[in-house]
This record gives sequence, structure tokens and C-alpha cells, in this order.
Amino acid sequence: MRTTEGRTLRLLVLGLVAVGLVFPIMAGLWETGRAAFGLLPAIGAEQPTLAPWREFMTLPGAGTSVALTLWTGVASTALSLAFALGIAGAVHGRVRAGRMAQVLTPFLAAPHAAMAIGTAFLIAPSGWVVRLLSPWATGWTLPPDIETVQDRFGVALILGLMLKEVPFLLLVTLSALTQLPVRAQVAAGKAMGYAPGAIWARVIVPQVYSMIRLPVFVALSFALSVVDMALILGPTTPPTLAVAMTRWFLSADTGLILPASAAAMALAALAACCVALWIGAERLVACVGRARLRRGNRGLPASPALRLAAAGGLALLALGAGTLLSLALWSVAWRWSFPRALPESWSLAAWTRPGAGWGNALEQTLVLAVATTALSLALAIAWLEGEDRAGMRRARWAEALIYLPLLVPQAAFLFGLSVVLLRLGLSGGLTAVIWGQMLFVFPYVMLALSDPWRALDRRMDRAAAALGAGPWRRLLAVKLPILLRPVLTAAAIGFAVSVAQYLPTLFLGAGRVSTLTTEAVTLASGSDRRVTAVYATMQSTLPLAAYGIAMALPAALHRRRRAMSGHLA
Amino acid sequence: MNTLELRSVAVRGAGGNLLFRPVTLTVAAGAVTTIMGASGVGKSTLINFIGGHLPADFEAEGQVVLNGHDVTRLPAEARRIGILFQDALLFPHLSVGDNLAFGLAAHVRGRVARRAAVAAALDQAGLAGFADRDPATLSGGQRARVALMRTLLAEPLALLLDEPFARLDPDRRADLRAFVFGHVRDRGVPVLMVSHDPDDARAAGGPVVTL
Repeated sequence: MRTTEGRTLRLLVLGLVAVGLVFPIMAGLWETGRAAFGLLPAIGAEQPTLAPWREFMTLPGAGTSVALTLWTGVASTALSLAFALGIAGAVHGRVRAGRMAQVLTPFLAAPHAAMAIGTAFLIAPSGWVVRLLSPWATGWTLPPDIETVQDRFGVALILGLMLKEVPFLLLVTLSALTQLPVRAQVAAGKAMGYAPGAIWARVIVPQVYSMIRLPVFVALSFALSVVDMALILGPTTPPTLAVAMTRWFLSADTGLILPASAAAMALAALAACCVALWIGAERLVACVGRARLRRGNRGLPASPALRLAAAGGLALLALGAGTLLSLALWSVAWRWSFPRALPESWSLAAWTRPGAGWGNALEQTLVLAVATTALSLALAIAWLEGEDRAGMRRARWAEALIYLPLLVPQAAFLFGLSVVLLRLGLSGGLTAVIWGQMLFVFPYVMLALSDPWRALDRRMDRAAAALGAGPWRRLLAVKLPILLRPVLTAAAIGFAVSVAQYLPTLFLGAGRVSTLTTEAVTLASGSDRRVTAVYATMQSTLPLAAYGIAMALPAALHRRRRAMSGHLA
Repeated sequence: MNTLELRSVAVRGAGGNLLFRPVTLTVAAGAVTTIMGASGVGKSTLINFIGGHLPADFEAEGQVVLNGHDVTRLPAEARRIGILFQDALLFPHLSVGDNLAFGLAAHVRGRVARRAAVAAALDQAGLAGFADRDPATLSGGQRARVALMRTLLAEPLALLLDEPFARLDPDRRADLRAFVFGHVRDRGVPVLMVSHDPDDARAAGGPVVTL
């Protein structure tokens, strides 16, 4: 009876999601796949053949690239997960969840590229860490000849990825923990003589892991296909598969597009294999864990693993803070000779120099971020409102649909998508880039808004309906104002995701759309740290400002409403 | 005359089993009928069905008839059936006065007239001058009275009470019962209350049905 309510709205949302989100991914994969087998009429390739695969495999360093991708992707995800779970265990019950979210905000907001540039500034042989330690501790008066960034084992890349993934997984873990009776279970475990670390590993982690599994896969898929961070911190000869593939796609030699497509498909297959291996590893860990649990070992009272995680967490926090600080520092440094700890002279020249040219990039970035965030937010609200009006819970396939763009490695379908958009006459414009960015902005907005939306007391809506308010008035006058804080938080997250996008802007903008992120990545390979620092600083300040507005605005608007000052959920 | 009729109303849960035996009853204008039953028997579900708020995972049969019109297929906002829950559910982002203005029927036109209607309602609730207050700063009893006035300002043709006194201190309960029943009798609307507290039924003074 009530399911007919809002049917038009739900059909509209379903149509938009199918055409806007599912179609580009499927069509993009399809076109990339066709090109991998020699079918790309745009460059005159019309014969199905296996040649692109042979070419890809004989390109110099292809094998090493595959191995590097596997190693950096899996190692960074596994380490990030271990740290996130360990830190959660160490801080849970001691630090308020809200406080923790505030501490993590700058790291969640900072784009990958900015974080990578800052990490390079920090740990490079001529970076801030060495400067702070030289010459009094190291004896160096010249930058040492050590490979600390772009090292051949990908250690710098793994570190950079961890700086972004640990805060992400930690936040997801902490929010999952609020749905479990952790305090009571820890108390029950302690009463049976188990050490805190042992309770965490044997009781809490297995429950929480099943709740954060999809975000872990998102992190894994991202780490395998990341391009901007790998360009700046990863090995160069050869680079990771995603970087190599991007180079071939963008090379002047169009003959490399076909093997690049084969590489993109190989990356997709690699990601699928990694997820399968990961699931196998989950089973193994669960099996071993249960066997240990049955032995009844109470664990070491000092819980060394939790302490190690806490120490590692603090180190990562310090590193992350140093990363962001070094960006700001370098952007206003003028003379700064090695090994001084601080610049000898300061200048705003890098910011104000007429040739700096960041005005245009800033404008494009803002236009893209505002457009993608507004569209994603509207679609997310329409989706959630459609669920409300039907009075239905979300089906599993619908939940999977939201995660789809985050689980398929973006490098695998973006080139194919650019081919599709070229055929539709949309290539190279802002529309194409907005569409491409929305594939990644919408899921994050949707995921951020879903839980607070569901936490709203359904009876609030019923009370308004019983007073004669129709569905639109209930949405606009009751639900959205009450949910203002989570709505704005979701918008800030969407804004940050949009600012951080690199590959969609690059491929779908066909080089004609340049944002702070694409410019920063290009500049990072150059020699002028000051100009790079200007772009990277701006790039990380913008999302932070969005988060600031998302916190300050509801507080100001609702300063006379006590029940609206805290978190609703 | 206003009457609320239930004709063979039954609700099935997610498993397809009947929550309670089909209910048939008529509530006359100004009378309060009480439906009693242990918690979990489906009293609130019945209230939700009558008001048009039933979630999709329930299936219902039977008719809800208001003043001779079958309203079973109307959306909640078109039924003109007011509802009071255990909690006052005042909208937290609006002042007390704006909460009342939200409820006040749309046919009262003009800023002055609407303000006066809100002020009059606050006066009747013994809360004169509370229009600009934050609902979060009110006591439980005050909030419950505002909730009743908000519901009545919408000029409902029938009123549902879903254990409206359960959350109040026992010594406040008697006051609020007198306040609520006094007001609804004056309006001459049929009232259907669900409760598990026999004192509620006694104070209501109407017929009692057990689910």
C-alpha cells in the first residue's frame, strides 16, 4: 500500500544511478577491454588480436611493475589495517570518538597528492627530517646520497599510502565500534583473566572486521591503482603498473594505447586476484585465531601489540602533521640552505609572483568541487528520501551499487570511459570531468550521509505527517534542518574527494582541465619546491576550510537550540 | 458527528503471522476508547496503521473509516488524524512557537492571526510567553503539553494517543491526563488511546478493548 509512495522519485534515482554511475563504469571497462584486444577504431585499430598483450608483456620493466604494484598495494593495506585496528584498541574508551574524528580530519581532508608532496619534502635526503638532524647528529653538511624517496622497494610509497589509509580505516573502525557493546565485552573478558590486547584481538576485532570489510577492499583497490601518489613517492624505473599504464596512455606515440589498455585490464585482473587472495587470508587468519582462542591463552598482561600500535599511531600522526607543516613552510621559504633546520629568509614571492598562475587552477578546482558536491548531495538525499517514502530498508544489491565505483580500480575503466565520452561529444570539457569525478564523490557522500539519516527518529517524520505536512514539506522543513550537520559534513567529504581527484581529471579533461591537483603533481617532478608547495598547500587548505564551514555553520545557525548542538546519532 | 471506526483491522508482521485478532470498534466524538495490551502485542503498530504510518514490512487488512469516509488508502498527511507519541517529538531546530505554527492549520491566514492563535494555544497550556523558547529547555510535562497543543492546532478529526503518559513521573501523570482529556473532550473529536497502564484507562473513562 505505502510502497507506491514516492515511486516516481525512486525510479528517477534508480535511472540516474544506472545511467550516471553504472553505465560509465561498465562502458569504460568494455571499451578498455576492446582496446586491449586490438579494437580501437579511433586510432584505426580494427582487427581483434592478442598483439597488445604481447607488446605489454615485452615492454621494459612490465614484470617488475606488476610485482611492485602487488607488493605496495597489499603491504600498505595490510599495514594500514593492522595499525588502524591496533590504534582503535589502544585509544578506545580513553579518547572520545568525536575528539578523535577532529584529530583525524586534517589527514582525511588532505588530498593524496598534497600528502605525497609533503612526505617527499619531509623524508627526502635534503628534506626537513635530515635537516633537523644535521649536522649535529648525522655529521652531514651535504644532502646524503641515500634513496629515501622513489626508492626501488616502494617503501616511501607504502608510507605515503599509510598516512592516508590509516586515518580512513581508523575512522571507519571507530564508527563501527559504536554499534558494538565493547565496554561490556571487554569487562567480561577481563573478568575471565584476559589481557586487554588479547580481548581486543580475540573478541572485538573479529566482530568489527566484518563490519569494515568493504572499506578495506576500497583501500586495497585504491592502493593498487593509485597514480598521483605513486608518481611522486613510488619507484621510477620501472614505476608501478598504474603509473606505467598512465604514461603509455598519455604518450605521444598512439601505438602505446593498445598495450596500455592491456595493462589496464591486467590491473583490473590483479585487483580481483588480490581481493580473492585477501579473502583466502581472512579465512586462514580466522582459522588460526580460533585455534589459538580455544587454547585459552590469556595473553601478555602488558599487551605489547596494542602499545606498539599506539606508538606507531603517534609516529604516523607526527609524520602526517610534519608533512602538512612542511608544505606550508616551503611555500613561504626563500633562502634555505642545507642543513639549516629553518629557512634563513622568508618570502611570499611564490604565492604572489604573477607567473604563479594558481588563480585559474583554483577556479577550476572550485567549480568542479562545488558542482560535483552539489549534484552528489542532491542524488544522495533523493535516494535516502526515496527509501524513507517506501518505508523500505536498503537491499544488498543497492549497497553494492554504491560501493561499485570504489571497488573497481579506477585506472581500469577511465581510459575506456574517455573513449565513450569522446563518442558522445563530451570529451575534454568540464561536463566530462564533473561526471567522472562524481563516480567517486557520490559514493563517499552517500556513505557519510546514510547512517545519520537512518538514525533520525522515524516518529519525527510521522509527527509532521500527522500535522498535515506532505512529503516535500517534511523533507525541507523537518528532516533536512534537523540533519543539517551530517548533510554539511557529507558535503565537506564530497568536496575533499573532488579536490583530490587526479586520474579522472587527467583522462576525462583530455589535458584541457587543470586543477590544483593536476598542477601540483606536474610541478612535483620539477625543481622548484616553493611553487609546488604553494599548490599543495592550497590543495590541502581548501578541503580543510570546507570541513571548518561544515562544523561552524550548524553551530552558528542553531546556537539557540540545545538539542541541535551535539551529534544527533 | 465525528466518529472513528475500525472495521476488521488486522496487521501481519514480517513473518506473515497475525499480530492480534481483527479489531472492530467505533469511537464516538468526545469519547476516549482505550486499547489495552501487554508490550510487544502490536499496539503501536495498530496506531501506526490507523494514522497511515505503517512501515512497508507490515501488511494490514481492514478499513479505517473517519466520519463515514474510508481513509485506509490515503497518505498520513491527508487523513487529518492527529497523533501523540510517548515522546513529545518537538522539532529540535524550531522554537516552541514555530513548532506550534508548523501544526496550526493553513486556513488561519495572516501573520497577526497566526501569531495570536499560537499565543492563545500557549496560554491554554499554561505556557504563556514561551513562544521563543528552545524546546530542549522545557520540562517533560511542558513538552508534552506543547505537543498536544501542536496536534490540536492542526484541527484533527480524530486523535490517537500512543502511551502518551508512560515517560512522565508518576506525580505529573495525573495532571497531564486531566489536561489532555479535558482538552480533547472540549473539541469533540474521537480519541483512541493505547496503553498498558490501567490508570490511564480509568482516567479516560471510556470503553476499554483488550488486544
